[in-house]
Amino acid sequence: MSIRPVALVPAIAGVLLLAVLLFPICWMLAASLMPESRLFESRPFLPTAVTFEHYRALFDERNFLVPVRNSLLVSGLTTLVAVPIAALCAYALARLRMRGKGLVLACVLAISMFPQISIVPPLYLILRELRLLNTYPGLVLPYLTFSMPLGVWLLTGFFRQLPKDLEEAAMLDGATRMRALRDVVLPLAAPGIASTAILTFLYCWNEFLFALSFTLGPDRYTVPVAITLFRGRYQVPWGEVLAATVVATIPVALLVLACQRRIVAGLTVGATKG
Amino acid sequence: MNHRVTSIEHAETRLAWLLVAPALTIILLVSLVPIAVTGWDALHLHDLRLPWLGQPFIGIDNFVEAANDPRFRAALLHTVAFALISVPLELVLGLGLAVMMHAATRGRTFVRVSALLPWAIPTVVAALLWRFMFDVQTGIVAASFRTLGLVGPAFDWFVHPRAAWFPIIAADVWKTTPFVAILLLAGLQTIDPALGEAAEMDGAGPVRRFITITLPLLIPALVVAAAFRMLDALRLFDLAYVVTGGGPGSATEPVSLYAFITLMQRLRFGYGSALSVTAFLLTFAFALVWVRVLGRSITGARS
Repeated sequence: MSIRPVALVPAIAGVLLLAVLLFPICWMLAASLMPESRLFESRPFLPTAVTFEHYRALFDERNFLVPVRNSLLVSGLTTLVAVPIAALCAYALARLRMRGKGLVLACVLAISMFPQISIVPPLYLILRELRLLNTYPGLVLPYLTFSMPLGVWLLTGFFRQLPKDLEEAAMLDGATRMRALRDVVLPLAAPGIASTAILTFLYCWNEFLFALSFTLGPDRYTVPVAITLFRGRYQVPWGEVLAATVVATIPVALLVLACQRRIVAGLTVGATKG
Repeated sequence: MNHRVTSIEHAETRLAWLLVAPALTIILLVSLVPIAVTGWDALHLHDLRLPWLGQPFIGIDNFVEAANDPRFRAALLHTVAFALISVPLELVLGLGLAVMMHAATRGRTFVRVSALLPWAIPTVVAALLWRFMFDVQTGIVAASFRTLGLVGPAFDWFVHPRAAWFPIIAADVWKTTPFVAILLLAGLQTIDPALGEAAEMDGAGPVRRFITITLPLLIPALVVAAAFRMLDALRLFDLAYVVTGGGPGSATEPVSLYAFITLMQRLRFGYGSALSVTAFLLTFAFALVWVRVLGRSITGARS
């Protein structure tokens, strides 16, 4: 009889942990639907009166569609540029005979680890010189600093997981390396490429320091920068800020819901070789 | 025949470099060159507000200034202390979450989604959320602390130099514990369940089994997760910028934030570059130490 309560401990701890993980997100959603006045009551808890006023103000008065569009464009473009180039590199690193593979991979990992601030000053001066400050390419280029190493690292892991037999068979049948890559390897690697693309997109969507440093005005702010720079006349306009955080979370939540397995695969393939 | 093999090998090596070249060129241009430029700029007097001074070479003067700059020394201390407090918390809680996810027989998808959401949302959103919850007027967490009598009736977390760290650390732990858990879960799944079953036959209880079997086999995964988290914590920027802005005063200011302010607000590019270089060296030093520890602990786990 004494075993039962002990067996319940992990379950209770688990439920508590999950509640702590999910509560802030639920609270964000609930509070974004409350009238501003209720936020300042001592313990408002559930929204008794639901209002979409904050969302209306967000899109009508603050033009929040502009940063959403900027973020989608920059994140999408970076992913489209980085993933294919990284895939070619990763295939070579995973499969082909070449010297210095280990060194290349070590460099790639090292670069993905360094603090972003350490390249902000020269990038700022270079982008200013090229008149690329406050432009989309002016964000895509800096975003390649983390998305290329990330892509190479993840995809090398994914390519290594694929069986070699099929492409070798294709090459024995007379296909060239590139042909085998295109017709045999790439279709097999599609899930890994999807994982990489999702993670790259998420990292770009969430990026803050580069966007803060290399955009100059609301026309090019990304979502994280726009939310952070919201100012009220006297205090933080919490209602609108919360509505904005909900909007910023929606694409992420959709990706997580639709692709959780692919995301977990990406996270673990990146770590298991470390 | 031999000749043919080597020519095929040559062709393969050539193709390999051809495939690697675009990615390496981009990485070289957008990352390695800028890092070198930062290092070079750090040795110059370079102030965008005083362009008539030019950019004279001043050797290590910027680093000497940094060493004598109390605000920088405090920032260094903040960064290291933040990493040393939040990462162990994340490892312990992440281990708990991983064990739970591993043991879950029902609702695995739900658990996985709940864990991935905090990890995936933008850091800035997490920061705003925790700032909101700790806010003296609107914050549900602040209100709970007051109700429990743990703080005074008008306690404002953001005006106390020490207390202001709580929302930052809470946000970081909340956001990254799931990441640790997912890495550790992958480690747990590689452990052969037969080991635990054998120990159970021998009469070992669940706690004993966890400590003597699971934990030692999980050390490589723990070392990797700790390394990822430490390197990330040492570049703390977003959370500090958004939750406290480094305040009150500069009581919660990490190195990255001080460097950012020096660069983008004071426009002192030479000195700011020197501060950025130290931020880089800090992560580099940690990585070097960790690679040694990592090597040892993995061999230790195998023996």
